[in-house]
Amino acid sequence: MGRYVIRRLLQMIPVFIGTTFIIFAMVHALGDPVAALFGDKAPDPAVAAQIRNQLGLNDPLIVQYGNYMKGIFTGSLGNTFSGQPVTELLKTAYPTTLKLALVAFTIEVVLGITLGVISGMRRGRFADTGVMVMTLIVISIPTFVIGYVLQYLFGVKWGIADATVPDGAPFSSLILPGFVLASVSLAYVARLTRTTIAENSKADYVRTAVAKGLPRRRVITHHLLRNSLIPVITFLGTDLGALMGGALVTERIFNIKGVGYYLYQGILRQNTPTVVGFVTVLVIVFLLANLLVDLLYAVLDPRIRYA
Amino acid sequence: MPDQQPNKPDGVPDDANTELSSAFAQTPTLGAMEVEGMLEKEDLHHAEAQSSESVGITDREVPRSLWQDAWRELRRNPVFLISGVLIIFLVTVAFWPGLFDSTDPLSCNLANSQQGPTSGHPFGFDTQGCDVYARTVHGARASITVGVFATLGTALLGTIMGGLAGFFGGWIDAVVSRIADIFFGIPILLGGLVFLSVIPSRSVWIVVAFIVVLGWPQIARIARGAVITARQQDYVTAARALGAGNSRLMLRHILPNALAPIIVVATIALGTYISLEATLSYLGVGLKPPTVSWGIDISSAADTFRNAPHMLLFPAGALCITILAFIMLGDAVRDALDPKLR
Amino acid sequence: MGIQTSEITAVVGRDRTADSEDAPLLQVRDLHVEFRTRDGLAKAVNGVNYSVRAGETLAILGESGSGKSVSSQAVMGILDSPPGFVTGGEIIFKGQDLLKLHSEQRRKIRGTQMAMIFQDALSSLNPVHTVGTQLGEMYRVHAGTSKKDAKVKAIELMERVGIPAAKERVNQYPHQFSGGMRQRIMIAMALALEPDLIIADEPTTALDVTVQAQVMELLADLQAEYNMGLILITHDLGVVADVADKIAVMYAGRIVETAPVHELYKRPAHPYTRGLLDSIPRLDQKGQELYAIKGLPPNLLRIPSGCAFNPRCPMAQEICRSEVPPLHAVTEADGTPLPGRGSACHFWKETIHG
Repeated sequence: MGRYVIRRLLQMIPVFIGTTFIIFAMVHALGDPVAALFGDKAPDPAVAAQIRNQLGLNDPLIVQYGNYMKGIFTGSLGNTFSGQPVTELLKTAYPTTLKLALVAFTIEVVLGITLGVISGMRRGRFADTGVMVMTLIVISIPTFVIGYVLQYLFGVKWGIADATVPDGAPFSSLILPGFVLASVSLAYVARLTRTTIAENSKADYVRTAVAKGLPRRRVITHHLLRNSLIPVITFLGTDLGALMGGALVTERIFNIKGVGYYLYQGILRQNTPTVVGFVTVLVIVFLLANLLVDLLYAVLDPRIRYA
Repeated sequence: MPDQQPNKPDGVPDDANTELSSAFAQTPTLGAMEVEGMLEKEDLHHAEAQSSESVGITDREVPRSLWQDAWRELRRNPVFLISGVLIIFLVTVAFWPGLFDSTDPLSCNLANSQQGPTSGHPFGFDTQGCDVYARTVHGARASITVGVFATLGTALLGTIMGGLAGFFGGWIDAVVSRIADIFFGIPILLGGLVFLSVIPSRSVWIVVAFIVVLGWPQIARIARGAVITARQQDYVTAARALGAGNSRLMLRHILPNALAPIIVVATIALGTYISLEATLSYLGVGLKPPTVSWGIDISSAADTFRNAPHMLLFPAGALCITILAFIMLGDAVRDALDPKLR
Repeated sequence: MGIQTSEITAVVGRDRTADSEDAPLLQVRDLHVEFRTRDGLAKAVNGVNYSVRAGETLAILGESGSGKSVSSQAVMGILDSPPGFVTGGEIIFKGQDLLKLHSEQRRKIRGTQMAMIFQDALSSLNPVHTVGTQLGEMYRVHAGTSKKDAKVKAIELMERVGIPAAKERVNQYPHQFSGGMRQRIMIAMALALEPDLIIADEPTTALDVTVQAQVMELLADLQAEYNMGLILITHDLGVVADVADKIAVMYAGRIVETAPVHELYKRPAHPYTRGLLDSIPRLDQKGQELYAIKGLPPNLLRIPSGCAFNPRCPMAQEICRSEVPPLHAVTEADGTPLPGRGSACHFWKETIHG
């Protein structure tokens, strides 16, 4: 286990540097941040040069990147062009997005696995066909289309849920957006669970469990499910990336002022520090989630642990 | 078959499995996960012969290859037939939109703004007064072009990179795997928001290139796993012993056996790439007018959805049917190529 | 079919009365199993009869697809259903027909009164639970033992089957054991509640030759110690010779020959059995070409008419293609009965005497 953890951590280092550097470089290609600072007015060249110097924009990109990384490890993401620390902006935005992600993740896990288990245990029956068709349809509809349609139906036409999320984003108003955000992932989770259940139910060790005279319920919970959920959990972890991307879309539809909203504003205004800061934090969260999943995987599957 | 668990550590040396374990990515990953089980198969046809033997059906009078078998299976699968017909139809629309519509999607009359369906204009008009039917018909080309070429690109790049990593192992493998991890570490929509907003003129090909750049690691991991599995087969050792060179080994012996899982993942990914293009266009970083695309139309119809839902529903419907057709095709192909699930 | 069934029962019946007073532990009568596959109906077991007494070892011999594993899975009640279905016959275990019991009643018999050992211990043990958990599960579920006591018992079991350092290894996972040790754990698991009958499905096929002998020896010792009935399913004539009391040879879902073990080797009464014996390399026939049964095992979707072996049989005549041979009682050339022997061949006389 120890060796495995260390190896994963070491592998993380180049990936972390590579990913953040690419993001950093791309954002800096966004355009001249100083020009953006002045908006439509043409800046005085002397002033612009001075600002450039102040911000260190004349250094080679790699040096700028190095300075930025130094900042990250000391908990600073720099200031936005309006002088506000990016970390402060993050503190405003993050709780909302975190809440949204939490709601979505819960829906994805509970509903996805339940549907998948039902479907996998009743392969070929009506319930299975129903789940398969439904998930196929959900996967085929892009999140933003599902979002608008559900927003219209639930929020406007029937008035069951809030069509837009008010400031402060109480949990009750996040259920509909959470469901929209979870929809595609939950369909994938259901299908994956079904596949692994169906596959493992033919496994030799399940036959052994039956031959041992274990009650059906114990065979399912202790042997079939325990083994089948390992790949599902792996998927759930890595699916966080999709959830983050989806959050950008969902926040826009439901007018939620979370990470996606500020990021989007940042890009529109070419506010480089905001964009770099937000994207870097998201990527770090994603990488950490992947690492966590790998470790969890080793805990769940002893064959990896002792490999 | 000693063990059919996915991700088993034995049988695949180095850290093949820990790599695979993190091979599930953002959106188009489910196919990848389902396919992983297939990688454990020494040779898919072999596996099928074995599973039939367990019930004692040995049909050796008519030996069939995996591909013949898969084709026979596909022809009988209604899902395949339906999706096949749909895809042929959609491709026809994409190539010859004039067959279905004689209006110019770019000639619009503001007087018709947001009008609902009328005779001669079954889908109504959008805010600019353009005919929604014409735009829906002409929008097929962008979606299908992005889907098909992004898939070809990721499959090609992914197979080459993954194949090299799996075949040579060692430091080549380490380097390729790390590079793949780097691109894998960027959630695709997030990457789209940053990368594509840098580029002012975004043609279909820019979007294709973007998807290929962020999408290839998924295929590469599948290809790497498949090649490692194939490389260990006895017939490969035998071919090597008989003096076959590296390129011959790769092209003649390993590639054909590693191809099935790659094809399955790629087909399923095609549908999700179309969805991705629409989402990128919706976020304002995908295609741009005057390109006619469903994503653009849905995006611009979104604000007025409550008043004029037809503007959104028709292109969205066309988009969903297209994605559905490709995902169904992928499903059918997977079922045909993965005998274990039969 | 009618004639055949009665004849077999005749043979089995005589066998029983000849050897012992009490009823056998397990008696399988006219068992039929079929698989409803997409390609059609596969008749995996077509009227099989056999019996096992306490302390006795019956070897069921056959190549893959002969129905040997399927028939034993039907006995255990672990047939994959669908596609497999028992379509006829009786499985009488300790006086009651298992096929007439409810699934819950059958479940309670599994593990406690009859147990099964599988071929591939690595895939047959659950990879994510320790061996201790998997062994202890038998006591926990069937006897309601506490977690702690179950572990103690698991350690005892492991010691009983000769696993060194059982106290430490009880917390290890299956993949951390060698093949032979894993198979010992399978045996321990089957043995846990001291069942009356153990079915071992190719228990040594996946092992090295030296380990094979050790495992078979262990199995035989334990069987003698607990006076269990043992059904040994194998395709390997070599494994059987030392351990089994009697052999049933299966082909295409039927028993084609039954005999006490040593008699079968000395004088096979079915061309298929003879072919099997002739295809074993022997030191005294060095330099000669090794015999091989020509042709391939039959397709269970299309079993040849008449005797299923006829397309591969060197002695096949017209009758073999038209009539299914019943299991004839085998006698000496002068008509002296040979107890326990039967052959489903029209030309058994020629085979054994000619």
